[in-house]
Amino acid sequence: MSRLRPRDLGSEVLAGLLQRPGRSALTMLGTVLGIGAFVAIVGLSQTASGQIGKQFNALGATQVIVNDSGAAHSQQPTLDFPADASARAGRIHGVIGSGVWWQVPLARAAVTSLPGGSQGGLGLPVTAVSPGLLTASGARLASGVLLNQFYETRRQDVAVIGRTAAAQLHISNLQNTPAIFIGGQAFTVVGIIAADPRLAQLNFGVAIPASVALHLWGPPSAAGAAQMLIHTRLGAARVVAAQAPVAIRPDDPRLLSAAAPPDLAHLQHSVTTNLNSLFLALAGISLVVGAVGIANTTLVAVLERAGEIGLRRALGARPRHIGIQFLAESTALGLFGGLVGASLGVAAVLVVTIEHHWTALLDPRIVLAAPVAGAVIGLLAGIYPALRASAMEPVEALRQ
Amino acid sequence: MTVAAGAPPVIRLSGVGYTYQGPPPVRALLPMDLAIFSGEHVAIMGPSGSGKSTLLNLIGLLDRPTAGRIEINGMDMGAASERTRAAVRAREIGFVFQAFHLLPHRTAVENVMLAQIYSDVPRHRRRAEAEAALAQVGLARRAYALPTALSGGERQRVAIARALVNHPSLLLCDEPTGNLDSATTGEIADLLAALHDGGATLLVITHNPIVAGRAARRIAIRDGRLVDGADAGPGRREGGRGAFVT
Repeated sequence: MSRLRPRDLGSEVLAGLLQRPGRSALTMLGTVLGIGAFVAIVGLSQTASGQIGKQFNALGATQVIVNDSGAAHSQQPTLDFPADASARAGRIHGVIGSGVWWQVPLARAAVTSLPGGSQGGLGLPVTAVSPGLLTASGARLASGVLLNQFYETRRQDVAVIGRTAAAQLHISNLQNTPAIFIGGQAFTVVGIIAADPRLAQLNFGVAIPASVALHLWGPPSAAGAAQMLIHTRLGAARVVAAQAPVAIRPDDPRLLSAAAPPDLAHLQHSVTTNLNSLFLALAGISLVVGAVGIANTTLVAVLERAGEIGLRRALGARPRHIGIQFLAESTALGLFGGLVGASLGVAAVLVVTIEHHWTALLDPRIVLAAPVAGAVIGLLAGIYPALRASAMEPVEALRQ
Repeated sequence: MTVAAGAPPVIRLSGVGYTYQGPPPVRALLPMDLAIFSGEHVAIMGPSGSGKSTLLNLIGLLDRPTAGRIEINGMDMGAASERTRAAVRAREIGFVFQAFHLLPHRTAVENVMLAQIYSDVPRHRRRAEAEAALAQVGLARRAYALPTALSGGERQRVAIARALVNHPSLLLCDEPTGNLDSATTGEIADLLAALHDGGATLLVITHNPIVAGRAARRIAIRDGRLVDGADAGPGRREGGRGAFVT
């Protein structure tokens, strides 16, 4: 009985691949790109999801917004948050900090760096904030101080401005106690905010004490009703949201409505699932292209190596030996392509995560499965060429 | 080398014919009988298209006859499975082709070792036996050269070593000097004669009178029919089908 032992098969496959190393490398390229893209996409997707998750956990899951729903339905400007609203909210278990804010109802271009009214002014948003708000929102100072209880109680005409607004107002530092004019009223700039992760308008606008805003321009309009931002401990947001209206306005809690944070785990899962589906579809297309490449090249190799096939048959190879050899060659191409592709994919994930100072997240099962997937692709791609090779008549093959 | 009296033939053809199916069908070989005994050196000569390569393919079990019966060492190959025929090719038959059919990226010794894979020679014995086969054909010093670094005659010697390495019952040579110059042709003819003297059974298909002249028994084939030749061997002509039988 003629035989082809596994060790001999391995030697013949290796020799077959190495006798044309350039072609083998090019044939693998499709699988390398497909598997590499697959691993990189999944890795980057998982890593990015982790970053999104971090943001969600740090901000969304620890934040409650209380709306002045009474004012929103009122015909005239009103403020339903009591002056000690932050102190009342602070008594709820799980609250770290809180503050009230609203958009001051001013004409456009009310903010100027020179006296002279609103003519030639900038359309910067002006926000009235209670003392605890900037701490609760996580505002980071570039220089100066935040608005505090002193400014609120003494109704000081001071302002804290965002870094973008500072640039527009040509204020680079606070050494000379610069002033700005809001609706013609002078305000001393006491602080510049570098970034506020929760209230984006503070990055490019102006914040003034709530008491000053009430004194100068009255309570907020129905369209721009006041809101309270409550920073909670992780996991306490939903409970705080349920208790806040009663704690702040026990006399008429219906005037306030608290927005519970969304189910962030579900939201995150939804976002990442959609992204993964899209990216995996693209990677799948790459893999199909890789498989077609292997099938095509293997088929060409079968036709080119007809003489070798005829010789092997003359030397005692059975049709199945020929088929198995070509199938093993295409499988090996897929396996090697998968190994190289997985390595490149992991490298790509590492490069991107290092560049962005992220934490790389990559399921090790994906990395381990990638070469197997490459081998399966090579196996499937090699079936037809292998059948063609095994069906070749030795006499015909020897003539070519 | 003498043929042992009363020994069974290595090859026996009984009424073997071959028709290419076409369309249209072409009768390449008319039914014929032929016996080749162990230790014989037989040359089959004939013009192109006479059917000699078809005959060699049938004897070498690379194709199946459309009529008749082929026996190798007494075993009927017509009814044998492809598995059995492949095993017989691996162990009992050594092929030498006009085009050498060497794998260009493998050394001479690796090309010889290729024949040992399918005949299941243990791996630890292969290299030594392949080197011995190369030494037998005078290529011991060129064992690790690639075919591209060998002359035409040396390549054919590698092919002969590959055919010999499994010690087959029959060496089938298809125009072994067809791609060689006259000087090298003489060398290969001498080598084949020396192998015969060493005990090998040879069936050589050739156009070349030098190669055919070394054979003890020469058979002519024309239009798919064995015809009268310079038969110097143990076979005798038997009427009816233009055949040589024992």
